[in-house]
Amino acid sequence: MKRLVEILQEIRPEFDFTAADNFVEKEMLNSLDIIALISTLEEEYGISIDGADIVPENFNGLEAIKTLVEKSGGTI
Amino acid sequence: MNLKFQGKRISGILAILPEYEAHFDDEIQNYSLSSSNSMKLKKIMGYDKHRVVSDEVCVSDLCIFGLKHLFEMNLLDKDEIDALILVTQTPDYIVPPTSNIIQGTLGLKQDLLCLDINQGCAGYLVGLIEAFLLLGNNAFNKIVLLNADVLSRKVSKQDRNSYPLIGDAASITIIERDAVESEVFATLKMDGSRAEALIIPAGGMRLPATDSTAALELDGDNLRSKNHLKMDGGAVFNFMQTEVPPMINDLMNFAGISKDDIDYFLFHQPNKFMLQKLTNKIGISPVKMPSNIVENFGNSSGVSVPVNITFNLGSKLTEQSYAVCLAGFGSGLAWSSMFLRIGELNFCGIIEFGNKGDL
Repeated sequence: MKRLVEILQEIRPEFDFTAADNFVEKEMLNSLDIIALISTLEEEYGISIDGADIVPENFNGLEAIKTLVEKSGGTI
Repeated sequence: MNLKFQGKRISGILAILPEYEAHFDDEIQNYSLSSSNSMKLKKIMGYDKHRVVSDEVCVSDLCIFGLKHLFEMNLLDKDEIDALILVTQTPDYIVPPTSNIIQGTLGLKQDLLCLDINQGCAGYLVGLIEAFLLLGNNAFNKIVLLNADVLSRKVSKQDRNSYPLIGDAASITIIERDAVESEVFATLKMDGSRAEALIIPAGGMRLPATDSTAALELDGDNLRSKNHLKMDGGAVFNFMQTEVPPMINDLMNFAGISKDDIDYFLFHQPNKFMLQKLTNKIGISPVKMPSNIVENFGNSSGVSVPVNITFNLGSKLTEQSYAVCLAGFGSGLAWSSMFLRIGELNFCGIIEFGNKGDL
C-alpha cells in the first residue's frame, strides 16, 4: 500500500491520500489524473486494466484501487 | 440500425489541414499541470502537435480551398456535382446553411441539393450513409461529402482536457455509383439521453451567447466559459468502451465476416489512450489499427476518419483496394461503423491551407 500512496502523491502531491477517501468526489483525482494513474499502475505492476473497469468507483479510495490492481492480475 | 448498400463507391478523398501546427510543449503554461505530469500525459494521451486555424478561418474557407484545388487539378467537374453534404458542428452562420454558401461562392449549378448535417465524431459515417441513401434516387449521380470543423475556436485554451487534443480540418469525399455490385454494410446508433457528455452550452436558442456566457469559470482544474465545448471525459470514455466493441462485433456478424477479413480498422481517434484501450478490448492487432492521428494533427472530430485514411494509406489507395472497417463515435451521442472496400481512387491525399489569402 505504501507504494500505491507514493504513486498517487507523485500525481497530486498537494493531497494526503492516506487521510481521505472518495478521491474522485472530492476532486483529488480528475479524469486526466486517473489516466496517469492507470498508466503508472500498468507499468509498475505489469498489468493491463480493462477499459470497462475505468469507472470512478474503482479509483475512489486506496482499497478500491488495490482491488482493481488485483482484479487485473497484479499484487499490492 | 443496420444498413446495406450495393453498387456505390467512394472515388476520391482529399483532406485539408491548416498549415499552422501548435505544439503542446508551448502550451503547457496554460494548464495547471506539473512538469512531470505534463510529460506523462504527453506520452499517454498523444499530446504533441495539433493543427489549428487562425481566428478568422471558417469551415467554408477550408472546403472552398479544397474544392478549388480539385477543380484546378481536373479531379472533379463542378457541373457533375448533384449534392453537397456538409457535416459540421461549427457552421459559418446559424442561417443560412454553410453548404449553400459554398455552392454560391463556387458558382455551382442550381440543380443541386445543399444539406448541412450537425454531427460530430460519427459525422464521417453519418455523411457516407446519407450519400449512399441519396444515390438510391436516379436524380443523384455524384455526391460531394464535406466534413469540416474548426472546433479549436470553440475550446478554451485553458481547458487541459480538450485543448491539447483539438485539431481543425476538412475533407472532401466523392461518392458515386459503381458498375461493380460492391456491398457496403453499416451500423448506426444514437442516444440523445447522454447528449450533455459533449456540449457547447451557449450560442444556440436555448442559451444565447452573451457577455455573461463568455465569462470564464473554473471547473475542476479547467477554465472555460459556457460558449466553449465542455467534455465529460469519464462519461465519453465509458461510452466508448461499452458501446464500440459490441458495435464492431455486430457489424462483423451483419456482414458475415470476421476481424481477420479486414485489412485496416480506420477509426475516429479521440486520444491515444482511449484508442489503445479500445484496440485491446476489441482484440485487433495495432498493426491493423493506426493510432497516430492525434499526436500528429489533433482530434478533428468527424474529419479524423478521412484524415486517418489519407495520412496512413494515401496514394496506396489510388493503386490498390483494401477491406476496411470504419468507425466513428462521439457527440450526440452517436456511434456508427462501416465495412466496405476502398481503393483504386481517383485521388487520395492531404493539402495544406495557409490562411484566407490562399483563397
